[in-house]
Amino acid sequence: MVTEAVFKLNKKTEVKLFISLQMDQLLNDFSPGLFFMQAIILLILIVLMRKFAWKPILDSLQTREDGIKDALDAAQNAKLELENLQADNEKLLQEARFERETMLKDARDIKTKMIEDAKTEAQTQANNIIEQAQVAIEGEKKAAMVELKDHVAKLSLEIAEKIVRKELTSNDKQLELVETMLTEKSLN
Amino acid sequence: MMLVKQTTKFIAILVLLMTSVSSFANSGEHDNQHQEEGGNKVDTPDEIKAYIAHHLQDSHDFHLYTNNETGANIGFPLPVIVWTSGGLKVFMSSEFHHDDNGQVIVNKDGVLLTKIHSKIYELESGAEAVVFDDHHHAENAHKVLDFSITKSVFGMLLTGILMLLGFVALAKGYKKSAIPTGFSRVLEPLVIYVRDEIARPNIGEKKYRKFMSFLLTVFFFIWILNLLGLTPLGFNVTGQIAVTACLAIFTVVIYMFSGTKDFWAHTLWMPGVPVVLRPILAVIELIGFVVIKPFSLLIRLFANITAGHFVVMSLIALMITMKQAFGPVTSTGMSLILSLFIMVIEILVAFLQAFIFTMLSSLFIGMAVEEHDHH
Repeated sequence: MVTEAVFKLNKKTEVKLFISLQMDQLLNDFSPGLFFMQAIILLILIVLMRKFAWKPILDSLQTREDGIKDALDAAQNAKLELENLQADNEKLLQEARFERETMLKDARDIKTKMIEDAKTEAQTQANNIIEQAQVAIEGEKKAAMVELKDHVAKLSLEIAEKIVRKELTSNDKQLELVETMLTEKSLN
Repeated sequence: MMLVKQTTKFIAILVLLMTSVSSFANSGEHDNQHQEEGGNKVDTPDEIKAYIAHHLQDSHDFHLYTNNETGANIGFPLPVIVWTSGGLKVFMSSEFHHDDNGQVIVNKDGVLLTKIHSKIYELESGAEAVVFDDHHHAENAHKVLDFSITKSVFGMLLTGILMLLGFVALAKGYKKSAIPTGFSRVLEPLVIYVRDEIARPNIGEKKYRKFMSFLLTVFFFIWILNLLGLTPLGFNVTGQIAVTACLAIFTVVIYMFSGTKDFWAHTLWMPGVPVVLRPILAVIELIGFVVIKPFSLLIRLFANITAGHFVVMSLIALMITMKQAFGPVTSTGMSLILSLFIMVIEILVAFLQAFIFTMLSSLFIGMAVEEHDHH
């Protein structure tokens, strides 16, 4: 029992001693010279690296990133512009199509109207001509009739003359006729 | 393409450097602690523990491989720069001959220097050799200010060069075309990730740019160092508390100096609470911003990376520690599978810790620069 306790105690002090030794060693290991050298090396390294490496590297990275961002923005803008342009084109096309439709429609209308007008005009013209023709025909007919009547009257006179002449070629006949006519007269 | 070429060139130079200096290392005297302890290989639990502890510390030379039997040592020395009582001393770490126990004493114009557990000590005047007390602390020597190009500093310099190569190439690539090519194509998304996922949402669209240099540098610095720590080169830079402390203090200084009027008003004289409570809240808030937040930053990074290295090395050491119990094949297999598994997690942690450090830094900066709407 006693030896065990002593052993335990020893163990404890040993651990304590070990820890204190380690702490001692830690402090003992701290070398001011190394600290100084490290400080100088680090300082010089920071200055050198800043001048020759970090500054140019970070600047270049910044420039590159800005460039990439700008390029992306530009691409985006270009895309938008293209879309706008396409929309404009579509609109223009639509307008052109509409205009063509209207023009075609107008042309068709004009054509129809012209034909219609021409027809009406022709009709009127024809009617006028026909009317005039009729009037002329009527006039001609009347004139012809008058002429025919004259002619017939002349002919009748000639015939009557001829007949009379023939009838009255002999005295007998003339007498007979006078007779007859007288008779008739008397009878009446 | 240019970067790849440059990187390969750099690696080639590194390899050449390593092989050329290995001959130097062979001449190193062989009187290290392992021989004293009687073993030639790192094969007992204590030795493994010492080895891991040694790895977790910073070191003054770069060694990839040590053969304790022949004394062969592959690696290269790094310069030691110390501020001593006799002024600034500069010499190569090879003068210590890989000694880490205060055995080899280097005399520099009358200043006696030695290395104990990866720290440089200056012997007090009159002392000829280091005297240790019971806890293996040097009694007649004191630490000096050590500005050496240690392994960690070397790692940081390497990371700095890698970062400059990689990112300057990326920056230059933009002059040719807006889209990067080659390896830069990998780096660019990471930069964008830090900017868009870490800085922008936490600091705000208007003010994030000012802090990008710090955040990006810190993110890649920590990440690359974390990853370097996973290579067999054995860096443990982000596991050095001085390094993480420095990073955290940078963050504190930045958010303290960029704090808006609103931030200080809310920190020091919180509106909308009873006047009596305001000083208490001010103290709490100040402690929060000056101590707790940087402390959480530095401890989190340090502890995660140190623990990661510790676990990986312990699992690799399973091969040796479990050999007696399971036999060589089983222990090696276990060690291999477990360390492979933990290594994959560590690769994730390497990124995660860099991410968290940067994330929290930008969060704290965001708090400081935020403009409050007054109700």
